[in-house]
Amino acid sequence: MDIFLQQIINGLVQGSIYALVALGYTMVYGIMGLINFAHGEVVMIGTLVTITVAGTLIKVGMPVALAGLAGLSAAVLVCMALGWGLERIAYRPLRNAPRLTPLITAIGMSIVLQNVAMIVWGRNYLTFPHLLPKINFEFAGASFTAVQVMIVVVSGLTMAGLIFLVYRTKLGMAMRATAQNPQVASLMGVNSNRVISAAFVIGSALGALAGVMVGTYYEIAHYQMGFMLGLKAFTAAVLGGIGNLAGAMIGGVLLGIIEALGAGYIGDLTGGFLGSHYQDIFAFVVLIVVLMFKPSGLFGEKTGDRA
Amino acid sequence: MSKWLNPRSAFGIVLIAVALIALPFVAAMGGQAWVRIVNFAILYIFLALGLNIVVGFAGLLDLGYIAFYAVGAYTYALLASPHFGVHWPFWAILPIGAAIACVFGVLLGSPTLKLRGDYLAIVTLGFGEIVRIFMNNLNAPINITNGPQGITLIDPVAIGDFRFSGTTQILGISLSGPQKYYFLLVALAILVIIINLRLQNSRIGRAWQAIREDEIAAKAVGINTRNLKLLAFAMGASFGGIAGGIFSAMQGFVSPESFSLIESIMILAMVVLGGMGHIPGVILGAVLLSILPEVLRYGVGPLQMALFGKMLIDPESLRMLIFGLALVLVMRFKPAGLWPSPERKRELGEKPAGGA
Amino acid sequence: MQAKLSVVALSVAAALAMTACGKKEEPKPAAAPAAPAAPAAKPAVVVKLGHVAPMTGPQAHLGKDNENGARLAVEELNAKGLEIGGAKVTFELLGEDDQADPKQGSIVAQKLVDAKVNGVIGHLNSGTTIPASKLYSDAGIPQISGSATNPKYTQQGFKTAFRVMANDVQQGKALGEFAAKQGVKTVAIVDDRTAYGQGLADEFRKAAEAAGIKIVATEYTNDKATDFKAILTKIKSTKPDLVFFGGMDAQGGPMVKQMKELGVKAKFLGGDGVCTPEFMKLGGDASEGNFCSLPGMPLEKLAKGPEFKDKFNKKFGAEIQLYAPYVYDAVMVMADSMKRADSVDPAKYLSAVGQTKYDGVTALVEFDEFGDLKGGAISMYQFKGGKLEYVLTLGGPAAEAPAAAPAAAPAAAPEKK
Repeated sequence: MDIFLQQIINGLVQGSIYALVALGYTMVYGIMGLINFAHGEVVMIGTLVTITVAGTLIKVGMPVALAGLAGLSAAVLVCMALGWGLERIAYRPLRNAPRLTPLITAIGMSIVLQNVAMIVWGRNYLTFPHLLPKINFEFAGASFTAVQVMIVVVSGLTMAGLIFLVYRTKLGMAMRATAQNPQVASLMGVNSNRVISAAFVIGSALGALAGVMVGTYYEIAHYQMGFMLGLKAFTAAVLGGIGNLAGAMIGGVLLGIIEALGAGYIGDLTGGFLGSHYQDIFAFVVLIVVLMFKPSGLFGEKTGDRA
Repeated sequence: MSKWLNPRSAFGIVLIAVALIALPFVAAMGGQAWVRIVNFAILYIFLALGLNIVVGFAGLLDLGYIAFYAVGAYTYALLASPHFGVHWPFWAILPIGAAIACVFGVLLGSPTLKLRGDYLAIVTLGFGEIVRIFMNNLNAPINITNGPQGITLIDPVAIGDFRFSGTTQILGISLSGPQKYYFLLVALAILVIIINLRLQNSRIGRAWQAIREDEIAAKAVGINTRNLKLLAFAMGASFGGIAGGIFSAMQGFVSPESFSLIESIMILAMVVLGGMGHIPGVILGAVLLSILPEVLRYGVGPLQMALFGKMLIDPESLRMLIFGLALVLVMRFKPAGLWPSPERKRELGEKPAGGA
Repeated sequence: MQAKLSVVALSVAAALAMTACGKKEEPKPAAAPAAPAAPAAKPAVVVKLGHVAPMTGPQAHLGKDNENGARLAVEELNAKGLEIGGAKVTFELLGEDDQADPKQGSIVAQKLVDAKVNGVIGHLNSGTTIPASKLYSDAGIPQISGSATNPKYTQQGFKTAFRVMANDVQQGKALGEFAAKQGVKTVAIVDDRTAYGQGLADEFRKAAEAAGIKIVATEYTNDKATDFKAILTKIKSTKPDLVFFGGMDAQGGPMVKQMKELGVKAKFLGGDGVCTPEFMKLGGDASEGNFCSLPGMPLEKLAKGPEFKDKFNKKFGAEIQLYAPYVYDAVMVMADSMKRADSVDPAKYLSAVGQTKYDGVTALVEFDEFGDLKGGAISMYQFKGGKLEYVLTLGGPAAEAPAAAPAAAPAAAPEKK
């Protein structure tokens, strides 16, 4: 039983990271129906910026907590600028283009960002500075750390904050209006360009936050780390119903738990025929099965082909 | 048939024929390596045209196309290598590979019929990964694919005693292995181009176009959207299967790492960059995206040396950087692709609104 | 009609574009004069040796190291002034870059075959060496790799394929024996599902089972993973004495860290993929006390090792990264074979390569019937205080008494594909 609990904890933490990244995807998708394939790269840039800033400050002698905060702020600022720039330069001119065009642009941007990061930070793996003290907890035979608790709490709070933003503020109302119909919204006095920019900026800030979480958890970073993470997070967003904030969160956590339990138990369940080498396909199999019965994901609204 | 006799058209055909026959010999002047590069370009044309049926004609976004290529490659590898000790001739295996890929196409197609746009994209992407992961792991409990080690010693294409590897003399002309494959590939590519052209203007092609533009309307006018979508998946997959078989024979070695997600994305980029649904555009996209990295590979390093006297940036990363930028810029200034079909250009010109 | 015409135009344009590319490249390989195959020629014969390794990309530093090894050998040979078949020979090295990419590997292999080289040294990675070996075999050109360790390279039945380094079978076996020697009773095996990792883990498993060790868990990850908690949790429940990992340092480092976090008590053992400073950097304190292996012996332990190191450092002003001594020996073995066959013609000296008995820097080089190094040595190391410490050598020539000198640590992981 303690093993089962441990696997649930493993999955919950991993899933919270997916969820945090997935929120960024879903934020942009919900408003303009665009898969921002480069979002994983934004997360990567967030991690690497934190390493540089916090690492340097710690070396200079600044207290770890302060350096960590400075690193986080720098990452958030850089990523916000990056998100704004991405939208302004790459995506905005393509609003009326055929639907696959922005997808290719996003892929191109993802390649560009990866290679820029490689030129700036090099090809080797980097170590993330220790920002939080190592505290271990024990619960019913399962162990977990303070960092893990923080990750789950942060992603929960982030989702709550976003829901508040979208459903309780004026900007949120403008966002929802733009998502419904950009033309009509702009007739009603909503500056849809600004709203879309805001969505990108917020999504990218979340990406930076996710990047810092990933960094603190695994303590390593690499210029290619964003791609796989982005892909899994995107899967999570679709699983939950892309465009739906709570859906992204639930999809992420679900995906993490499915992966952990899958890796932990598939071997025993199939008498050793399937093993943890199939870990990466559980997510996709579950996704395909869910979409067969609910073509818009678990919590997605039934919409037309809006992409 | 009379239009083939039109002097302008006939002249054009002769010109192409001459250019196509001369190409491998001209390329060989720069070394057989360039013939190999040209061969890969033709292989990509083949793949891009296959994917074009699914994405360009029927409008179904497929991010897992490489799976069919992998299925074809492994079918060839298993039926013509010492791995199982079977050595069937290529004319038997290629159709089998195409058929198996076709089955996989339908397998992928059927659960995804209800899905649209981005949902379809992620499911096809997942499917591609599932196929690759299975190939990487099916070495136990029964060794089918030899897992990550891949399969070596795959037979080259051979007709009777005439083998496509190694150099042979024909009519006093010495033909190297890559040059022979070149002619095989060109013959197959012409076949695919003809099939694509015929399809585009057929009843099926128009039905696909109708589905692409508006599925509900298409259904309303009595088009069997389900069967037609499956047909598009199946046909696209078959072409992928054939291309995979040739790849296997040409390389003599296959392993799962050749079939990663990035390859699917590359082929999709070829289709979109060239001009979705427009056959000459897709060919252009495939040629550009497969040759460009090679040209950059040989151009970027020496250019830096000449300009700065040393390597400032690793050529490999600069190459990918330029490649990524090219994708972004082309999409920015030619959103319908470099060479879109005339109708598509018109539509875009007239209809500025369209669902974002 | 219109569509057809545009096809016409496009194809012509494409053809022209390709032609242009072909032409642009012409000047470069033009430096390939007629083959120097005639053995009886009186004037000096130029023997062309191809060398292939990634010169750009993540493994560029290893590629450069290999090429330096080959360059040193070629210069020494030329300075000595060999006479083969009655003519004075000079060696010329044609360096090519395969970028560790199998497709590119076959393209540069074709280039070397076109240039009618007399022999090939390389490639660096198994992933590129295996597809390229077919091209060399078809052309009858002998190939000696100093670093490709995948057993498949020599098992394809090509008469032209040789290597002067212990392969993964030998390494896996040595790792298994070492585990038994350490008194390990139960082991969990993890591999990263790459050709290298899976191959190594399989050989380790055979050796461990043969030595009576019980395999309590077999888990898998991939070469991009960062999270191993799910499989480690499962491993923890089986309580092994040792976790064996077939894979690279980028996964191994975080893996030992997560083992510590989860409270897995087992020791960690890996192959050359984790035997790097990078592993210690990523694993932090958690890497302390764990073991890994490297093929061959530390240079300090070899009779000619220190001398070679001095020569190399003086010549290039750089430290040896990893495989340079092996590549150096590969060139020497090839030259030695030519001398014994008294011919530089690949068809004639090929059989002499198989009968090599050459006392090189790294070992007494002798090949078995596959072209593998006979009795390749494997050395074990332990991570201690942020350093790799030599423990012992298995196989190969009798190991000398272990000295305290830390081994020449490689700078980064040899990323095998």
